[in-house]
Amino acid sequence: MAVADAIEAVDLAVTPLRDLNQRLHEPDPAPRWRIAHPSGAHAVAVGIDAEIEVDVDGHVGYYCAGMNKRATVRVHGNAGVGLAENIMSGTVAVDGYAGQSCAASGRGGLVVVRGDASARCGISMKGVRIVVEGSVGHMSAFMAQKGVLAVCGDAGDALGDSIYEARLYVRGSVASLGSDCVEKELRAEHADELGELLARAGVDADPRDFRRYGSARRLYSFQVDDAV
Amino acid sequence: MCGIVGLFAKSPDVELRLGALLGAMVTQLADRGPDSAGMALYREPAALGSTKLSLFSSDPHEAWAALGDAAVHASHAVVELEGTADEAVARVRERFPHLRVMSAGDRIEIFKEAGHPREFVERFGLAEMAGSHGLGHTRMATESRVTTEGAHPFSTGLDLCLVHNGSLSNHNRLRRQLRREGISFQTENDTEVAAGFLEWRLREGDNLHEALERCLVELDGFYTFAVGTADGFAVLRDPIACKPAVMAENDDWVAMASEYRAIAVLPGADAAEVWEPEPARVYSWDRARV
Repeated sequence: MAVADAIEAVDLAVTPLRDLNQRLHEPDPAPRWRIAHPSGAHAVAVGIDAEIEVDVDGHVGYYCAGMNKRATVRVHGNAGVGLAENIMSGTVAVDGYAGQSCAASGRGGLVVVRGDASARCGISMKGVRIVVEGSVGHMSAFMAQKGVLAVCGDAGDALGDSIYEARLYVRGSVASLGSDCVEKELRAEHADELGELLARAGVDADPRDFRRYGSARRLYSFQVDDAV
Repeated sequence: MCGIVGLFAKSPDVELRLGALLGAMVTQLADRGPDSAGMALYREPAALGSTKLSLFSSDPHEAWAALGDAAVHASHAVVELEGTADEAVARVRERFPHLRVMSAGDRIEIFKEAGHPREFVERFGLAEMAGSHGLGHTRMATESRVTTEGAHPFSTGLDLCLVHNGSLSNHNRLRRQLRREGISFQTENDTEVAAGFLEWRLREGDNLHEALERCLVELDGFYTFAVGTADGFAVLRDPIACKPAVMAENDDWVAMASEYRAIAVLPGADAAEVWEPEPARVYSWDRARV
């Protein structure tokens, strides 16, 4: 087997998590990693800044793949609170569900959740693209500033509350829209953008089945009525 | 912060190992609550016409033998006394006024203590205890002092107990209101008020599901609750879902915990169905259903 194809196998039942993360942070880490027995540990594979691939077999705790840059991290299980928070670039994908505040404040990259993501998915997103095959909980895309959130299922209450310029696409129902979030026409360029995003995420869905939501831009200037 | 766990046995093997498994779950959440720990276990029922009491003494040399046949676990002892719960509690309060009644009922046994959860599990010999289901708690105190009395679980009704992750903001007003309804409180703790609230609603005719839904209206603050009854347990998160919760189920058990890592220690957790309970929705299990 060529060196480039070798897979670094790390068993978290044996190796301390801090050792794993330090090895991932070394200047020239191995290109492919396979992590066993995460057992719900927090901060698995955080802070990577390298074009590597990391597969995690099992459920992870909080902040998995946080601050990710360039790497592809795949979790073959569920993820806890704050998956890929502040992601800069690269891809983070989860086979199961993601806990609250998925991709919070993410600046770039792609986050894919095959199951549901719970409350506050994409809170304060600043450029990240998020695809959720299931549904998202309440207050998703709260204060979203930039980026795309695509939800194939339903969205909970107060979607896009206080949103700035992010684009939201939902195929199912929306329990309620948050302050200053409105439905907008899904034009050809949006369908193209969404189609490309869904394809990249490996999701088989027709962009024409989605509805688009975004900012009404009424909160940009202070109005006393909004302060009540 | 605090950590809470619950485990409901669906197989005889898990019943036998209930204390050991709950102990492992509680230990996993020690860093969510290093101040104190506690556990409620639902075990063999008391003999017909008797009541089971869990008692606490702050005296390390307590002469438990004076109570008769007492199962002693560190600072606590479990005794079975003849009569109704009211009669049994009254007798203890009259003859042993220094003892604190932690729980009363047919099956419930409560143990709780200030100190690290790992030490708690060892000192109380929890690994040896079998039972049908139970709840556990690790506490990081916010609303009241770090004492045995302030540790969870809280029991105010027969065979009823509550563990709580979060804090309530209107507990003082509710406590006054509930005292007028005849509910008594032993501490200034916010969680005890929630337990008292449930006791009041159940007394007024609500079933557990209805009583928990009433919490969504009356309780101000944030919470994930796990509630134990003689037959099972229920879980409720506040509508904003401030506090985390994970649930899991397989053929042998149903479990809930603040974080998945507490469930990961259970046999077969890898292949169990795992999900996050939705906010403001009551989840419940009981022996009739499983």
